[in-house]
Formats: sequence, structure tokens, C-alpha cells
Amino acid sequence: MSRLRAKLRNPWGKPRFLVAVTWAYVAWALLPVLVAMLFSFNDGRSRSVWQGFSIRWWWGDPNQSIFHDPQYTSALVHSLELAALDMLIAVPLGVLLALGLARWRGRGSGAANGLMLVPLVTPEIVMAVSLLLVFTQLAVVPFSLVHLGTGAQVIGQVTFSLSYVVVIVRSRLASIGPEYEEAARDLGATSLAALRLVLLPLLLPAILASMLIVFALSIDDFVVTQYMSSNASTTTIPMFLYANARGGTTTPALNALASILVVTTLIGVGIAYLLYTVLTRQTAPGGASALRELSGLEATA
Amino acid sequence: MTARYWRGFALPGVAWLCLFVVVPAYAVLAMAMGRVNLLLVPIPAWSPATWNPGWVSKAFSGALPGGEYWPAVRNTLVYVTASLGLCFAIGYPVAYYVARHAKRTKTLLVVLLVIPFWVSYLLRMLAWIGLLSTDGYVNKLLIDIGIAHPPNWLNGNAYSVILALVYGYIPYFILPVFAGLDRIDRSQIEAARDLGATPFQAFMRVTLPLSRPSILAGAALVVLPMFGDYYTNDLISASPRTNMLGNEINLFVQGGPEKNLGAALVLVLMAILLVLMIYYVVQTARDARRFA
Repeated sequence: MSRLRAKLRNPWGKPRFLVAVTWAYVAWALLPVLVAMLFSFNDGRSRSVWQGFSIRWWWGDPNQSIFHDPQYTSALVHSLELAALDMLIAVPLGVLLALGLARWRGRGSGAANGLMLVPLVTPEIVMAVSLLLVFTQLAVVPFSLVHLGTGAQVIGQVTFSLSYVVVIVRSRLASIGPEYEEAARDLGATSLAALRLVLLPLLLPAILASMLIVFALSIDDFVVTQYMSSNASTTTIPMFLYANARGGTTTPALNALASILVVTTLIGVGIAYLLYTVLTRQTAPGGASALRELSGLEATA
Repeated sequence: MTARYWRGFALPGVAWLCLFVVVPAYAVLAMAMGRVNLLLVPIPAWSPATWNPGWVSKAFSGALPGGEYWPAVRNTLVYVTASLGLCFAIGYPVAYYVARHAKRTKTLLVVLLVIPFWVSYLLRMLAWIGLLSTDGYVNKLLIDIGIAHPPNWLNGNAYSVILALVYGYIPYFILPVFAGLDRIDRSQIEAARDLGATPFQAFMRVTLPLSRPSILAGAALVVLPMFGDYYTNDLISASPRTNMLGNEINLFVQGGPEKNLGAALVLVLMAILLVLMIYYVVQTARDARRFA
């Protein structure tokens, strides 16, 4: 009792309950994922009963391992293809939009800012249904030129990735401030030269980071990508997981495929984080702020 | 620097958003207000002059208690509320500990909290399908502790669906709440303590109100995608008993010929979300005034 009272009096002491809850949460959040990844090394066909260690689903099995079964390899290749295209279109478009929205004052700018946020607050199924309807029902250029499949998938992914690029680049713009650019202008640079020689190098970390974030978003996306798909040739890894997760006949190769997805994403995000922290060290100290800028939390919270 | 110059930068992006966000949104409305032809092929009504409100009224009246889609709407409301409650009950203490008490382990814990954010949602569901299957580790554990007939978790079990929703979306709740708590100035809490507040009072009257905006932000981040979720249910339950609104929409739009009804149900979903968003905006504005 006196211990309890002493504890209440000194709240900066060790909060054992909170420690327990936090580590229990971390274990709960991560262990199932680790177990699922471990099952890709299962020796048997089961994805829920451990039957010994093997790499047959990764490489050993001549027909059913992920690198030998064309179903798996084509999903993997298509996922990477979409991620590359999404990155190539969404990042330049998003950087320009971020620059424009940050500087453009006047009629229309408020509406454009609001419009940019719409993809962030709409459930994905709403975006997916609306894009599906516009591509399948509206016989007007440019919509009639887009067919379900890779083209529609890229457009759908760019549409939701764009806002993330804008959020990341804008928060970097805000932390750079207008001073460097003003100094360049005072020293006689034209506005375009100031942009190219001063602002773009300063924005580079945010641009690289958003490239990798877009890559991760694209490779993880399920709903829009699935609605925009046409046939088996446009199946991505998440679509393949969705279609086969409950099937009794699928092998641990599915877990191997999922593991590749996760490792690729985490490496991408990890590189983005490291690059961002290293490259912005001069202007914004501290890793926590980089993390916050990266995840766009300053903008949302 | 003229306004026109910067507007030029924004133009391609704004054009993209108009083409692929605004026009498609109108396509949903046109489809919901559309008709079917003699071959039962759905035809959208692009001109407001030809709108047919039949599907929309069918969807909205069906979404009310007693209606055809009420079970899905009720499931959605119940699951989302329960999941949000659990996200708060689990997520707030975790965010609080990491932001306020973790010292040497703080960086490590932040990384561990961020990882699930970037682990594919589908893999995280796949993981639970393995654990919850009839011969999986969860049932093995239940049999070991003496429960002879453990439940079938993956066939229309509402608890599994709620568990999966919490598991899937809780990282989106924890991170903003952590960011909010991390920003609270410690001296404000010390001031409350100096003025005689007990730690509990200081928490209730200083920390909790100051973290309210970030709780609201976290709640918005988990509630919005949960309302449109259908794949969690498909993977964890695969039974119409636990259908949510997203499942009905997916069914009508992707599965059957009744695309008009699917589009009208999208409008029902957006109407529910609009109410929630207005609440969010009003509350955020109130907080902004109070803490200004």
C-alpha cells in the first residue's frame, strides 16, 4: 500500500504496467508476421503446421517454388513494373504540384489544396469504384483510351500516390523556408535559376524519399490495383495473396511471396529514411523530425 | 514572381486530379442515378435531366434499420466502433509510454511501431489466417489449456473480424497519437503538479485534453479506411453473416450486374462519412480555438 502511494506521488518512476502493455503490443504486432514469414521455410505443404525446415518453396521445388512457378514470378514482375511506372509519373507530378500549391496564392488555390487532400480522406473502395466506372462507362477521350489492365492500374496508383508526394515535399519546403531562394534572387539569379540551383538540391532528400515511399505504396496496394486489373496477366503480389490466402491447396510458396513483398517494402522505406536523415542533417537536425516529415504526420496530426 | 508562374507548376497535378478524382466521382453519381436497358445492362445517366432517383432511394431506405442493407450497415457501425475502442484502449497506453517514459529504448520502440505500418496489410491478414486456422497455433494453445472444442475462427466469426481490423489499422492510430503526446511541453504537466494536482489529475486535466487533437486525427485515420474495408472480411470471415457495407458495394459493383445499386451504396457510404467528417472538422476547430 505504501509502495502504491509512493508510486502515485512520483509519477516519473518506472511505469511497469505501461512497459508491459507496450512490449506486449510490439510482440502482438510483429510475431504473427514473423511466424508467417518463417512458414515460407516449412518443409511440408501446410501453412499452419510446422513440418521441419527447407528452402523448397523458395528455390528447391522444380515446379512449385516461387521462382519456378510462372504464376508467382509474373505477379512479382508485374508488381515491380507498376511500382516503377507509378514512381516515374507520380513523383515529378507531385513535386510540381507541391511547389505550385505552396506558392500560388489567389483564386482557385484553396480549391486545388482541398482537391489534393481528397484522395487521402476517401476510402480506397470509393476511389476504385469511381475509376472503374469512369473507365468502363464513359466513352469520351481520354477515358475511352484507357483500358483496364496496366494502364488503368498505373493511373489509379498515381492518383492516390500523388497526395503523399505533395505532403512530403511540402513539409520539406516549409522546413527549408524562403530565405535560401531569396538570397539567390538577391544575388541576381532568375527565379528559374534559383529554383534549379538552390531549391531543387535542397528538395532532393524529399524527392528521393517520396520516390521510395511511392514505390512502397504501389507495391502494397490492393484495392485500386485489383479494380483496375483486367486478367491474370495483370495480377500483382497483393492480388495473388488475396485470391489464394484461404485456399487449402496453396503452399508455403505464398508465404515466401509475401515475405519478398515485406522485405522489399521495408528495405525501400529504410533507405528512404536513412537518405532523408543524412541529406537533411544540415537544415533539420534530429531523426524524429525526419520520421515525422516522412510519414506526413506534421500535416495530418 | 507572378501568381500565374506558380499556378503553371500546379496545373498538371490539378488537371490530373480533376480527370481522375472529380470526373470519376461524378461517374458514381451518374451510375447511381442511371437505369438498366432491356438486357439489364446498367446505363449511367450523365445528364442531370435524365436522372432516375430509384436506386438511390432504394439504397438509402435499405440502409435504415429493418432495410435490406441494414445488417451490413449495422455490422459496419458495430465493428468500426468496437475496433476504434480497442485501438484507443491498446494504442493510447503504448503511444503514451513511448512518448513520455521510454528513454533509452525510445528510438528502438519508434522503429518497432513504424514497421507494421509498412508491412503489407495482406500479409498481416495472411499471418492471422495461418494462426487462426483449425490446425493453427491459436487452437493448439486452446486445446493445450483444456478447451476441447475451440471455435472455428475463420468462418463468419465477428470477433475474428474485429480482431483483424484492430490488428490491421492500429498502427495508423498509434503514430499520430505518439507524435501528439511527444510534442506536449513537459513543463505544463510539471506546472499542474506544482499547483497541487495529483499525477492522475494532471493526466486527466492536462495531458489528455492536450492530446485530444491527435486522438481525433488517429481516429479519423483508422475509421475512414475501415468504413470502406471489404477485404479483411473476405479473408478472415468469408461469410455473408459478417458482411460490411464495403462487401455489399464490392459485390454489386464487381460481382453482379446491379452496378447502379453498388454506386448508390457508395453514396450511402459517403453520406455516413460526411457526417463523421463534419463532426471531425467542428471538433478540430473547437480545439484550435481553445488551445490558441
